[in-house]
Amino acid sequence: MLLQISEPGAKPSARPRRLAVGIDLGTTHSLVAIVQDDRPIVLEDWQGRVLLPSVVHYHADRRVEVGYEAGAWQSDDPENTFISIKRYMGRGRGDVPERQGIPYRYADTSGMVQFETRAGRVSPVEVSAEILKALRERAVRALGSELDGAVITVPAYFDEAQRQATKDAAKLAGLEVFRLLNEPTAAAVAYGLDQGAEGVYAVYDLGGGTFDISILKLTRGVFEVLSTNGDPALGGDDFDHAIYDWLLQDTGIPAPAAGDARRLLAAARAAKERLSEQARTRVTVPLSNGSTVERTLTCETFEALTEALVKRTLAPVRKALRDADLAIGEIKGVVLVGGATRMPCIRKAVAEFFGQAPLSDLDPDRVVAIGAALQANVLAGNRAGDDWLLLDVIPLSLGIETMGGLAEKIIPRNATLPVARAQEFTTWKDGQTAMSIHVVQGERELVSECRSLARFELRGIPPLVAGAARVRVTFQVDADGLLSVSAMEQTSGIEAKIEVKPSYGLNDGDIARMIEDSYRHAQDDIAARRLGEQKVEAARLIEATEAALAADGALLSEDERSVIRRHVEALREVAEGSDWEAIKRASDALNDASTEFAGRRMDYSIKTALTGQKLEELQV
Amino acid sequence: MISAATRDYFELFQLPPVFQLDIDRLDIHYREIQSRVHPDKAAHLSDGEKRLFLQWATLANEAYRTLRRPLDRARYLLQIHGVETGEEDNTAMPAEFLLEQIEWREELQEAQARRSQPALDRLSVRLRREMNALLDSLATLLDVERRHSAAAEVVRRLAFLEKLGRDLDQAQAELEA
Repeated sequence: MLLQISEPGAKPSARPRRLAVGIDLGTTHSLVAIVQDDRPIVLEDWQGRVLLPSVVHYHADRRVEVGYEAGAWQSDDPENTFISIKRYMGRGRGDVPERQGIPYRYADTSGMVQFETRAGRVSPVEVSAEILKALRERAVRALGSELDGAVITVPAYFDEAQRQATKDAAKLAGLEVFRLLNEPTAAAVAYGLDQGAEGVYAVYDLGGGTFDISILKLTRGVFEVLSTNGDPALGGDDFDHAIYDWLLQDTGIPAPAAGDARRLLAAARAAKERLSEQARTRVTVPLSNGSTVERTLTCETFEALTEALVKRTLAPVRKALRDADLAIGEIKGVVLVGGATRMPCIRKAVAEFFGQAPLSDLDPDRVVAIGAALQANVLAGNRAGDDWLLLDVIPLSLGIETMGGLAEKIIPRNATLPVARAQEFTTWKDGQTAMSIHVVQGERELVSECRSLARFELRGIPPLVAGAARVRVTFQVDADGLLSVSAMEQTSGIEAKIEVKPSYGLNDGDIARMIEDSYRHAQDDIAARRLGEQKVEAARLIEATEAALAADGALLSEDERSVIRRHVEALREVAEGSDWEAIKRASDALNDASTEFAGRRMDYSIKTALTGQKLEELQV
Repeated sequence: MISAATRDYFELFQLPPVFQLDIDRLDIHYREIQSRVHPDKAAHLSDGEKRLFLQWATLANEAYRTLRRPLDRARYLLQIHGVETGEEDNTAMPAEFLLEQIEWREELQEAQARRSQPALDRLSVRLRREMNALLDSLATLLDVERRHSAAAEVVRRLAFLEKLGRDLDQAQAELEA
């Protein structure tokens, strides 16, 4: 038996710290960070590297490699080696720009793209899950314990389908998502806390494959996103491709072999990175036909090649400022995010546009992961009292299809999350018991020009004469920007049943199948995983309930308290065992028994929130 | 237990139900409430509690949005007093007001046709002045004289002008692009 001996003088902690990491799931590379001893640290792999290339390689036996090991296959096995997979998350075939040098074989599917590999068909969600799994394993190895949860960052401009795909990937990787956090918000968290800054900030994020501009307002510990804009298909990769195209012109080869294309692209990227430090660089690429491409690239040439790309970033910046109703002079500071902002041409353009030098104290590659880790630490409840709140907005309007293929907006862009709106529908035929609703996201008037998010089939409407039924459909978007829908027939109070068919996502059945698949291949035990999950959930529930009873037990009568205590004890007992279904039943029972208590605590909390406020107001 | 769905917005923020609302206090109270009910505060709690937080945070956002914007605040006050603004079916606006609307629209079209940014800017300034005057009269009608049906008509006029303002913004955006 091991004895726990605490350091002399060390305070025994009230309860164990929850391990919560921040993950920057990037287009070209990904990182994982955690807060330890109040300081954010970015976790390294066994070789001391913090960046994990977002590259996944599939072998025939479904063995998977991620990161540098996978990157080694880029030239020799490009069809089974996925780079920049983030571009495909929640996207249909028609959304992804065709471009040279992309060797994947698309599977013949509708909705989100899928690829044929030698290990079978894979979706971008599964590929991303492999990256997340690698980061999770890195964290578990470094921390010596399983994780309680994670904050995962997404571009602010990601639509619902892309956010859902990200969350699905996390689920597949066995991560509990505390929150999907916008990347620029994470960057502001990293900077805002270090500098105690208040005011309006612009976050200019040029990553590998996405460009985002966000205008954030920081006041009294609240981060509000005033507006976001961007280009989901513009990033550092495009600068590589600009050099690649320039190199190709020289070779006279119209379409190089896949392996040559990879080598040229890798050389282009390396040259771009060298130009952040030096004025000129030599590019040498041996080709498979025995010839060699050799050219000298100067900063001037590079700036000329990429001038249009740099300009393309400024149009969304202007739009974001207009949406926020702000002049350039009102921006207090500009935060740079993304490795591509190391390019001097970008820094120069940003400084000229905003009339001030951008903030660059933190490593632009790490700043998002650091912010995510700080937020994860707050959401895990590891900080008491002095925590902060992040308010985000929905980046694109949500609407439904109406007559003539027009989109009617239901939730406007930039509404603060979470948000819900209800809409009433009626039947147009006598005795009609079902209707279908098409939800879209985007700013355009035509449904065909918006993104199709989901189709809902409403069933169980009571048969009435045409126009008599009144079905109230509520669209709820949560703090992560994810949609859920409920429906109620108003005249009868009958809940209409909803079947969700996400247009670009996976349904729950797909995810369950993928999880089982991954276990078959990993020869792991799915039952063990279920049991583990239920035990974690039970422990969390017991701890939260006991904390609530200790803090606000006075809101209940003695009888009510003892009912809840009995359920806690019952759960504690079964949680010792190994029957995951019994643990789940006991957890559900405790949840049900505490619903009323939770409601009373909420009411009490809101009342005291404002009475406790009065003193502070007097000081204003 | 008071359910999130039935809570009065003014009561939620513990502010008096008036049109001339103390916006600074509204801002402070909103943040204070949101810092208690936002789903982030329930990230490590049970699913049932997560749902409860989601409902309340959604309500706080809706209430804040409604009270923050003067026109929506007026609509909400009238709704509390049982007065429908009837903006969908009550199109019987006074003839002089409708004539004025036609003139506004003609000026907007002319400025667009000439692609004149200064003309659009002048129009925007005049429109804002007109709307501010109407908002001032709303304050008197709602908070002092309590003439709700007269207030409802001012709300309908403001709705027209707000729509015009959106089209004006759109025209300016198109000219900049």
